[in-house]
Amino acid sequence: MSAGAKAAVEFPDRPGRRVLAKPLRAGRRALAAYLPATLLLVALVGVWEAWVRVFDTKPYVLPAPSRVWDAFLETRDILPGHIRTTVAEAAIGLGVAVAVGVGLALAMATWPLVRRVFYPILIVSQTIPMVVLAPLLIIWFGFGLTPKVVIVALIGFFPIAVATVDGLTGADGDMIGLIRSMGGRKRAELWYVRIPAALPSFFAGLKIAAAYAVLGAVIGEWVGASSGLGIFITRSQNSFRVDRVFVATAVVALVSIGLFAAVTIAARLATPWMYIRQGEEEEPL
Amino acid sequence: MAAIELRGLSHTFGGRRPVPALAGVDLEVPDGAFVSVVGPSGCGKSTILRVLAGLQVPSGGEALVGGGSTIGRAGLVAYMPQKDLLLPWRRVLGNATLGAEVAGVPRVEAKAAALGLMERFGLAGFERSWPAQLSGGMRQRVALLRTFLQPARTLLLDEPFGALDAITRRGMHIWLQDVWMRDRRTVLFITHDVEEALLLSDTVYVMSPRPGRMVARVDVAFERPRTGGLVVEAAFVRLKAELLGALEG
Repeated sequence: MSAGAKAAVEFPDRPGRRVLAKPLRAGRRALAAYLPATLLLVALVGVWEAWVRVFDTKPYVLPAPSRVWDAFLETRDILPGHIRTTVAEAAIGLGVAVAVGVGLALAMATWPLVRRVFYPILIVSQTIPMVVLAPLLIIWFGFGLTPKVVIVALIGFFPIAVATVDGLTGADGDMIGLIRSMGGRKRAELWYVRIPAALPSFFAGLKIAAAYAVLGAVIGEWVGASSGLGIFITRSQNSFRVDRVFVATAVVALVSIGLFAAVTIAARLATPWMYIRQGEEEEPL
Repeated sequence: MAAIELRGLSHTFGGRRPVPALAGVDLEVPDGAFVSVVGPSGCGKSTILRVLAGLQVPSGGEALVGGGSTIGRAGLVAYMPQKDLLLPWRRVLGNATLGAEVAGVPRVEAKAAALGLMERFGLAGFERSWPAQLSGGMRQRVALLRTFLQPARTLLLDEPFGALDAITRRGMHIWLQDVWMRDRRTVLFITHDVEEALLLSDTVYVMSPRPGRMVARVDVAFERPRTGGLVVEAAFVRLKAELLGALEG
């Protein structure tokens, strides 16, 4: 007892202080992590610009970065509407993917029969090429939001369901035994152990789904839409505005990165225990 | 009525090559007593606790807690396994209240009770720490606090200090006696440390190597509270010799 009490006096505010210092350190780490990639990207853009100017490449083959930038300024007024559409499709689709994926994972983890029935179907569902499915979905659901949401959800629910079910069933058996010894039943096991244990896997699945969500929406729009980055790309291609295709591609990448970053932040907030550096606070008792 | 009663408890672990773990264990723990079981590694000590915790259905015999069978029935005791099994996603406070919460104690009440005991368990100031930030001794104390906060009248402790170094253990013995003496709940304590068993218990049972059964029973009558100095007194050393003799068969 005395040993522990002394430790408490020695480090009374250590955990709190560490939390405050975290964002600063994280910022410096991020800079160190992303600076090399950024420099390489800048260099590549420079080479590209030089190449186009030196060899006088035609703009409908390969537009120079400066021309792409001009195209961006030109489309500044029409782009936000398209972005909004695509982001909405991706976000709603991702939401549906989470609901279906998690629901299915919970059912599969709870009832082995459900797992045996659905797991193979789950895998088959991923072997259907989206390019084949997209036109069908347009026929079934029309040109509106629905077919794109369906595509995003179809792409996204798989990694979420698979990762989550693995997390739920892979929870520590001893911890589950502990809950049982306390008089807890299946629901308590789920609530106190399985679900929190599965959160990191769930977010791993969600990250994959988020990375592909915008792409899924764009594929859906390609086939038929009135608004969205996909249809913007199709129209630009049809009028040989390759510079605009590049603008849209860059926007798709940026939006995807944004979505991915949002999920990463959500994961960090929802699973703070995963981000403690082990042994940092440790002291010999 | 005894708080814990085992009658002819036997168990064989199945599989292609069955391993007999327990061969007819009889044991009685009176209400409010501190009883230890010592035995060599692998003698089935932990299996006894798992049966009493309702986690393991034995091959034969009876296991009663407060007169009710624990065969296939969990939740009658507060069980502390060998590993601390702190949930990494709950802070110290949340881990301490876990057992009480699962047993249906309102969260606010469980929290208040835990906060009231933090000081005594040497955890004051660490309520919001994550388990990963604690030393082994502190983790063990959180697990003990979790066990003590469960509403059960009977506690099963499976080598709670097994992972600690000798110096830390010494301090923990006196401390555990202190904590236990406040409400004198029934404790069944598993250890392979004879000195630890003698220092803490009213009665010590000695088990044989696998398949385990009880080979000796020693009543320990020293006055409480006992102090660390007891271990060098002649009467204590005599009892220790007797237990060690029984262990070696």
